[in-house]
Amino acid sequence: MSDPNATPSIELEVRNLKKHFKTPRGMLHAVDGVSFKIEKGKTLGVVGESGCGKSTLGRAIIHLHERTEGRIFFRGRDVSDVDEQQLKDLRENMQMIFQDPFSSLNPRMSVSQIIAEPLLIYNKCRSRKELTAKIGNLMDTVGLARRLSNSYPHELDGGRRQRIGVARALALNPEFIVCDEPVSALDVSVQAQILNLMQDLQEEFNLTYMFITHDMSVVRHVSNEIMVMYLGSAVEFADSEEMFLRRLHPYTQALLAAVPIPQIGHKKGRSLLRGEIISPIDLGEGCRFAGRCIYAKENCFDVTPTFDEVTLGHFVACHYVREINNLP
Amino acid sequence: MNKKILEIKDLHVHYLTDGYTVKAVNGVNLSLARGESLGLVGETGAGKTTTALGILGLVPNPPGKVIKGEIIYNNENLLRKSDAQMRKIRGREISMIFQDPMTALNPVLTVGAQIAEVIRLHEKISAGDALIRACEMMRLVGIDDVRHDEYPHQFSGGMKQRIVIAIALACNPSLLLADEPTTALDVTIQEQVLDLIEKLRRERGASLILISHDLGIVAEVCEKVAIIYAGEIVEYGTAGHIFDRRAHPYTRGLFDSIPDFSRKVHRLRPIEGMMSDPTKLPEGCFFAERCPYAFEPCRKIVPVFEPEPGHLVKCVLVEKGKAPQ
Repeated sequence: MSDPNATPSIELEVRNLKKHFKTPRGMLHAVDGVSFKIEKGKTLGVVGESGCGKSTLGRAIIHLHERTEGRIFFRGRDVSDVDEQQLKDLRENMQMIFQDPFSSLNPRMSVSQIIAEPLLIYNKCRSRKELTAKIGNLMDTVGLARRLSNSYPHELDGGRRQRIGVARALALNPEFIVCDEPVSALDVSVQAQILNLMQDLQEEFNLTYMFITHDMSVVRHVSNEIMVMYLGSAVEFADSEEMFLRRLHPYTQALLAAVPIPQIGHKKGRSLLRGEIISPIDLGEGCRFAGRCIYAKENCFDVTPTFDEVTLGHFVACHYVREINNLP
Repeated sequence: MNKKILEIKDLHVHYLTDGYTVKAVNGVNLSLARGESLGLVGETGAGKTTTALGILGLVPNPPGKVIKGEIIYNNENLLRKSDAQMRKIRGREISMIFQDPMTALNPVLTVGAQIAEVIRLHEKISAGDALIRACEMMRLVGIDDVRHDEYPHQFSGGMKQRIVIAIALACNPSLLLADEPTTALDVTIQEQVLDLIEKLRRERGASLILISHDLGIVAEVCEKVAIIYAGEIVEYGTAGHIFDRRAHPYTRGLFDSIPDFSRKVHRLRPIEGMMSDPTKLPEGCFFAERCPYAFEPCRKIVPVFEPEPGHLVKCVLVEKGKAPQ
């Protein structure tokens, strides 16, 4: 029983999560000390460019990768180290929607078999009839015509395939879903349909989302809070509206300035970025963004900036955030 | 008077696969003035890439076949040219930047050799001089030319796309076709690549057809815009016509589907349904079955209307003055 006077309940908390991969050329720091909380029923948008560690972070949280360091709390319980049975219990409440609706569905299983699989693994149905009914309900929920239940994924278009992925993720009534670029493989008109569907499901079932994307327009649309990542670290975290009103980190500023806007005469100013992302292998001290930052000074290359609360609820990892933004 | 560099008239391209005819391009009409940039916008399967391949004479045959139409480039119909004549045009007069720089480059040739290859193919020039020219092209696209003897896998995605651009521009083409040139790239790299294409195009006075599904990119780069749906141009006009006074329900639906970057809306308004199966397109307007405004006349052949000079819309509502505002 939850206390109505309590502070908003935290669905997921991550503390100093690290995931390093051993490679022949050295240690690859995919996720390097990320901390955040997500409130129940809300969406955290995680944005960044390819290779920033956003997908690895999502996968580490639901134990698709075993983390290197750090702690994960789900509804207040430490779920960092789980055995096989505990993991099975955990997955009932934590699901994932994958980016690519082509490779994340087994091509040799029909739509109904794909949606039935989690229900069968968790013994959720007592009879064949109940299972069929449940599959039908799930298909209705995600807007898939029931006549497609015997179709195979290759017979369907990307939008419908992604709906199967959503139905599979919802089958066990999870509370928390990691959505890893769920719409980036889709055309804009279909993308809008899936985003609306996910929004409806969140409202109906009070779902909590961690929404991973590289698309800045999508992240604003879906998120309550946004975390911007660069080379394995969070560089900025704030409420979604706050982030779009006052972005403080130079990387976030450059990232948002680079987004082409579908309006004419909206010519952007000069580019705020130079060069490209550096290799994430054997990273030393210093700000990872310094090499591309137009404001970088000498100590940026030597001292790693801390992730500080600059204004209420707005965290930034930058030595010169106050100078750059004329903050007191 | 701006001279036309390219005019496509009533182009039809079909793909014939066992028993089915996929109608990919169905009567595309387009014209492009010298030095102009045109954005060709549409969703997956709308016929964007097939149109571009048609211009280059590269529609894979079989299964593809140009059924009818004309592609007039500098007063000559490209569809009447022999393969040998087309080989002289491709890469020199008209060249293409492909979507995926990872697959567009040959993995076993150095990038310098790949740029030099196109120069040697079209010009009488020694191998050494071609390589010098290739190095110039590398500097032009912002890559240190000491890397000319490196292989594609040694470059990042953005760098590879710069190499592809260098190859496309090596012989100073008058017409550049760019097929989703930045879709595979991150947004900050996309910005750099688009700026580069635009700068080089202006310096060299080339015309550009930019194929994209991203209206933001088109707004930044293009003067004219054509919206393609199920192999037909449904709306064509200046950027002003399309971005400020769009009239076709599909174009409007496309804009409404994009989450607005500058303000938060509670719900998106997507276009319902899916694009018609290109093996069995309906009579009349192809968009009618998804169109919220469709009525009886939409089932018959829909002519093209011109609400303003230079703004073409293929929709009955526009003629009736009932276009949704």
